[in-house]
Amino acid sequence: MSPTTTKPTATTGKRPWRWSETDMSQQQTGTSQQDGPSANEQEPLLSVNDLKVHFEKESQSIFGETETIKAVDGISFDLTERDVLVLVGESGCGKTTLGKTAVGLQRPTEGTVTYRGQDVWTAKDRLGDIDIPFREIRQSLQIIHQDPGSSLNSHKRVRSILEEPLIQGSEDLDWNQRRARILGMLEHVGMAPAEDYIDRYPHQLSGGEQQRIALVRAFLMNPDVILGDEAISALDVSLRIEMMDLMMDLQEMFDTAFLFISHNLSNARYIAGKTGGRIGVMYLGELVEIGTVDKIINDPEHPYTRALKWATPELDPEDAEEKDEMPIRSIDIPDPEDPPSGCPYHTRCPEAKEVCATEEPSLLETDVDEHRHQVACFRSQDDHAYWDSDPIE
Amino acid sequence: MSKTDSLQESRQDESTIMRVRDLEVYFDMSRGQSRVVDGIDLDLKRNEILGVVGESGSGKSMLAASLLDAVVDPGVTNGEVTYVEEDGTETDVLGLSKKELKRFRWETVSMVFQGAMSSFNPVTDIRTHFEETLIAHEEDLDEGMERAKEIITDLHLDPERVLDAYPHELSGGMKQRALIALSLVLEPEVLVMDEPTAALDLLMQRSIITLINEIKEKYDLTIVFITHDLPLITGLADRLAVMYAFQLVERGPATEVVRNSAHPYTRALLKSTPNLQTPLEEMRPVEGSAPDPINVPPGCSYHERCPLATSICETEDPDPYDVTDDHEANCHHWEETLEME
Repeated sequence: MSPTTTKPTATTGKRPWRWSETDMSQQQTGTSQQDGPSANEQEPLLSVNDLKVHFEKESQSIFGETETIKAVDGISFDLTERDVLVLVGESGCGKTTLGKTAVGLQRPTEGTVTYRGQDVWTAKDRLGDIDIPFREIRQSLQIIHQDPGSSLNSHKRVRSILEEPLIQGSEDLDWNQRRARILGMLEHVGMAPAEDYIDRYPHQLSGGEQQRIALVRAFLMNPDVILGDEAISALDVSLRIEMMDLMMDLQEMFDTAFLFISHNLSNARYIAGKTGGRIGVMYLGELVEIGTVDKIINDPEHPYTRALKWATPELDPEDAEEKDEMPIRSIDIPDPEDPPSGCPYHTRCPEAKEVCATEEPSLLETDVDEHRHQVACFRSQDDHAYWDSDPIE
Repeated sequence: MSKTDSLQESRQDESTIMRVRDLEVYFDMSRGQSRVVDGIDLDLKRNEILGVVGESGSGKSMLAASLLDAVVDPGVTNGEVTYVEEDGTETDVLGLSKKELKRFRWETVSMVFQGAMSSFNPVTDIRTHFEETLIAHEEDLDEGMERAKEIITDLHLDPERVLDAYPHELSGGMKQRALIALSLVLEPEVLVMDEPTAALDLLMQRSIITLINEIKEKYDLTIVFITHDLPLITGLADRLAVMYAFQLVERGPATEVVRNSAHPYTRALLKSTPNLQTPLEEMRPVEGSAPDPINVPPGCSYHERCPLATSICETEDPDPYDVTDDHEANCHHWEETLEME
């Protein structure tokens, strides 16, 4: 099996750029997976297991000691085909590191990242039996940056920027076919007449148009997972819906799973709500709650998720007025180099009791929402010693 | 104090603290004249929080700068900006000498502009920033530093730790709060804030908003809060002014402007703003794009994007229409707008 032929074009006339995932997985996994699409539904596309990413930081002292920053500290999740997961949390909570590690751009300190059952770093290091070569994994996991526009090569025209993924890709397209596909994509993302845009340089495009080109380029790689790292937070509030709609439209068209990183709960709600995806809430390198929009936005359990919800501005002034007092005991996030003992959130949590300072709650599945909800808080366990513990201070 | 109380109070006390008339700011460019503030009238009322909302490039930062005659060269500011003291004494802000302006900017109207990160000198500790500001304004240093510590504490920061720190040792949120404290150390009457929470996390944004409200009460401030993020200030502002294409298109009590928007642009802006309450199907982007300051459409500058536009909108730039006695909209079709879904 040659990796260059793993993505044949499906013959759906309306969507010439759509590749069939079923064909692909059958070819790729060959012997390991015989029963095709149905098994494919269950097997995670991307699986992150007990992932830890620790950074060593040289301390200022003359002894040259190093301090460890636990950017990601024991996180597990699965993404299935076309799955959407939005990671939210404050700056420094490790969401970007987690995202980069999940798509194979950052080597984990501990734990594994597997793509269709293949350990990503085993493939990268060419150790043992490799079912899927790293080159293919790399292509399947794409990233859209915070400022997508600036990732475009300013010396290249739109045509050559978008031709690259097509040339690198699996299909044998000639010049005319590539041009036709690029024109089709430009029209699709609202850059019409496409002939006017195809020969422009990035500086001849507006910021929004540059973003569209960056998006199209990422999708033309025909990835299985796209990581969008704060891809819309630099935009004006009024332009965000349009960009999120475009991303979801491309996601559907290309059958891609989406790992989205944001500090904004309103954006997370929009994306996860429209795609039926999940929201994962991160705090100091750990996942503290994960679930559907229904649970996370409408009925959050973790006090930190509640604080994020409180912090999210409301459109109606009177609703905003009715908000309670600040549901956090401290505005500032603890020093990630010296994280609190026990539950990482206990120093800011208004509900914290003594047990929270000594014991760390694990992320447990609850029975809501067909077990698609998990939370790491003693308060979600009826019989926990928390309820008899003394309040802090 | 609840919003209703403060509204009633501001109605009783109609005193204007700043008056802006026919304000325009332009830049002469090779392509033509770029008019980034185009004929704005505005009354800022004593002790109110006025939220000015507009997209990037709508001219809102230029409006903020012109309140302190701080538009950068080669920008030209014309029109009237008047500061009115409680006893009625008026100051013509655009006519102040350089020396007078220096005092006015910190002691009367102070500002917190975008990007706190670059407002501090990276090689100077925070204490020195406070001390230099106090010395430059010939204030008593001990008294001034006591005041500084109190304001810093009000902003949920540890004064000793913050004052001894260098800017890079503070997080973004701490730096921004330190900057707000610095802007208040000379006890100004008016604080102009341009995107003071941009680039900060949600929780920090919201905390700063809450603190701004507390500080405003404690120090009897009048605040102009400028942002592109409408929901950020709907709960904070007493009144909202919506800016589109270098002009104010609607203004009124915050609740009125949000619930009974009388300008189609305000309606579109509200619908395009992600939030946690609006049903997902009802959110949609604003159609089209905002005009270039060199080439603003004739008539109503919004008519090319407006679903209600008629021929009058193409030729006649609308003056403000009174929707209620304290709510006005620059729209020929404001009555139809009120009926819009």
